[in-house]
Amino acid sequence: MEKYMIIDGERVPFTDEKNILGVIRKAGIILPTFCYYSDLSIYGACRMCVVEDKWGGIVASCSTPPKNGMEIRTNTPQLYYHRKRILELLLAAHCRDCTTCEKNGKCKLQELANRFSIPGVRFENTNPIRPIDTSSKAIVRNPNKCILCGDCVRVCSEIQHVGAIDFAHRGADMEISTAFGRDIADTNCVNCGQCAAVCPTGAITIKNDTHDVWEAIHNPKKRVVVQIAPAVRVAIGEAYGYDPGENTIGKLVASLRMLGIDAIFDTSVGADLTIMEEAEELVESLEEEERKYPLFTSCCPAWIRYVETQYPHIMPYISTSKSPMQMFGAVVKQYYKKQDKKEGRETVSVAIMPCTAKKFEASREEFKRNGVPDVDYVLTSEEVIGMLKEIGIRFDRLEPEAYDMPFSIYSGAGVIFGATGGVTEAAVRRVVQDKSPKVLKEIEFIGVRGMEGVKECELDLGERTVRIGIVSGLGNADRLLQKIESGEEHFDFVEVMACPGGCVAGAGQPFARSTEKRMRAEGLYKNDKALQIKRSEENPLVDTLYKDLLKNREHELLHVDYMRES
Amino acid sequence: MEAKEQKVLDEILESHDYNQTAVIAIMQDIQKIYRYLPEEMLCYIAKKLHLSEAKVYGVATFYENFSLEPKGKYVIKICDGTACHVRQSTAILEEIRAILGVTAAKPTTDDMMFTVETVSCLGACGLAPVCTVNDVVHPAMNPEKARVLIQELKDSEAVGKEAADED
Repeated sequence: MEKYMIIDGERVPFTDEKNILGVIRKAGIILPTFCYYSDLSIYGACRMCVVEDKWGGIVASCSTPPKNGMEIRTNTPQLYYHRKRILELLLAAHCRDCTTCEKNGKCKLQELANRFSIPGVRFENTNPIRPIDTSSKAIVRNPNKCILCGDCVRVCSEIQHVGAIDFAHRGADMEISTAFGRDIADTNCVNCGQCAAVCPTGAITIKNDTHDVWEAIHNPKKRVVVQIAPAVRVAIGEAYGYDPGENTIGKLVASLRMLGIDAIFDTSVGADLTIMEEAEELVESLEEEERKYPLFTSCCPAWIRYVETQYPHIMPYISTSKSPMQMFGAVVKQYYKKQDKKEGRETVSVAIMPCTAKKFEASREEFKRNGVPDVDYVLTSEEVIGMLKEIGIRFDRLEPEAYDMPFSIYSGAGVIFGATGGVTEAAVRRVVQDKSPKVLKEIEFIGVRGMEGVKECELDLGERTVRIGIVSGLGNADRLLQKIESGEEHFDFVEVMACPGGCVAGAGQPFARSTEKRMRAEGLYKNDKALQIKRSEENPLVDTLYKDLLKNREHELLHVDYMRES
Repeated sequence: MEAKEQKVLDEILESHDYNQTAVIAIMQDIQKIYRYLPEEMLCYIAKKLHLSEAKVYGVATFYENFSLEPKGKYVIKICDGTACHVRQSTAILEEIRAILGVTAAKPTTDDMMFTVETVSCLGACGLAPVCTVNDVVHPAMNPEKARVLIQELKDSEAVGKEAADED
């Protein structure tokens, strides 16, 4: 028999909803929440989602499972009073400098205060003003704006298995803290930014570097060169009403020109170089006998940091190939060297990324040559949206434009780097001998695609079968590593992306739930399909680069030794 | 952390089977020996128990009884529960603090001999006002008796020190 609930007098059927909040949403009522995310464990802290049962009892709908015949009301005088009071108290303990807050316009507390028409706050903020932690290259922590919903704590420990922050102290003194109140940069934080992505307020925000980039743009002595990561093109349009997954790269290029950028390129070119190098490493590693660990990918800087802090002994098994951003950064700086000297200008290399950890990566000592970083600034998709809005560009009305020469050609393999499994698929396209369209199509179906957090597949290379693991989300990576350590599983190649779903779901992208993330990944595969060149080695630009700019410098420009510093 | 201390921690962890859920008991054992929870020891047990350092720090700061600051040889707890409070425990607290030159913000003497704390109730209201020195209960206190008590503790220290010097 069909199970049902009575919500505000209406009969609402339910099946396997884990809480009555889900059933209420199904009934078309959006209850306010701060601390509820379906991907995380249920915490029940904010009490905004409270409902009244038929005896007048008040329960949090997120932490109450539905029962057959249950009667609840979502709109009663009691609930009206409670919700308003909770909001007023949250606002009372909050630093309310909304107009200059990084989260202005995107803040859940602001949104709900507006939705509930809070007329004023009668209570004084008695909290002491706590210092803002700006130690990280990726995120800024402002404890004065924290509402203690715990979303950041749960995403950090449950999804990412990092646990850089947790609740500390008790009662009115409770706060989100790093271990021993250290600066976040001095912890095991991997800079993935997922905490900032789920933070409903401005308590954790992504470090904003747009001011420095504006200064570079305004300085005629500086040549501002931009590279755009694959995942950005399928998400940035969302800010202008485009569907997730719709490729708006042409409009982005056009608007960056209007912004005053001197040259605009695609990080996919860097991805093609990464595949050339990484595939070679893979072929070499397959010849090694009795190798306990697979070759791990190296594109994701949060993953690199995770290994450095939690599994330092597997660092030697990570590919030494730089990430596409760093490879392309090195190429750009090298390419403009002579021209800079002649013209008396300085090239400023900017990368537009879906990612917060890339900000950290760009600042690493390993990626500085003679003290100068190969990538000077990393901007997230969100930061670029902010810059475009600042000068009032009508993104939707622009005619698409093409990239600048000479780095305007890239392969589909490079583009799909932005989705989980994409790096693997690109590498497989490179290593298989048979380059026919039929095999290309077959690769698609060996199990590399899809948004699942853990994928395993096998590739038949004739002389041997290659076992491949693909994980996204560091918690999944942790579980896979434990299986490898225990000998339960053996892989030859493992791709890791720190954000669940891959770079398309990076913390620097507009906020997205699983449906939108999947649509973005599909957008990348669609882009790949439309491109003439499918494989990295078929990109003529790659060939030119190896023969000219990279000649005898492959090691310096394309590889990195992370263990040198330690 | 020295090898000797690591051995102590390993023994404590061993006795709790490296069980994550025993983290509170493990911390209690550590505090019993060292009178506080040193940062490097908490980091060590976090690693061994596969908990994040932030989680262990969270547990350690949640409970009033755990201290992350080193404590003196003698921990004096002055009860400030209702019964003791109405029988003038505040005067005793002030007297002891004045003698030892400590405050609420800086509860431990520089020579690491005394730590002065208040507790909300020791459960000995019939003996009010009451205080404890380590685990010894001193009933029906007043500022005068507190002065004598501190002096006795200082004297016994001096005697002990002389005896040690003679050896």
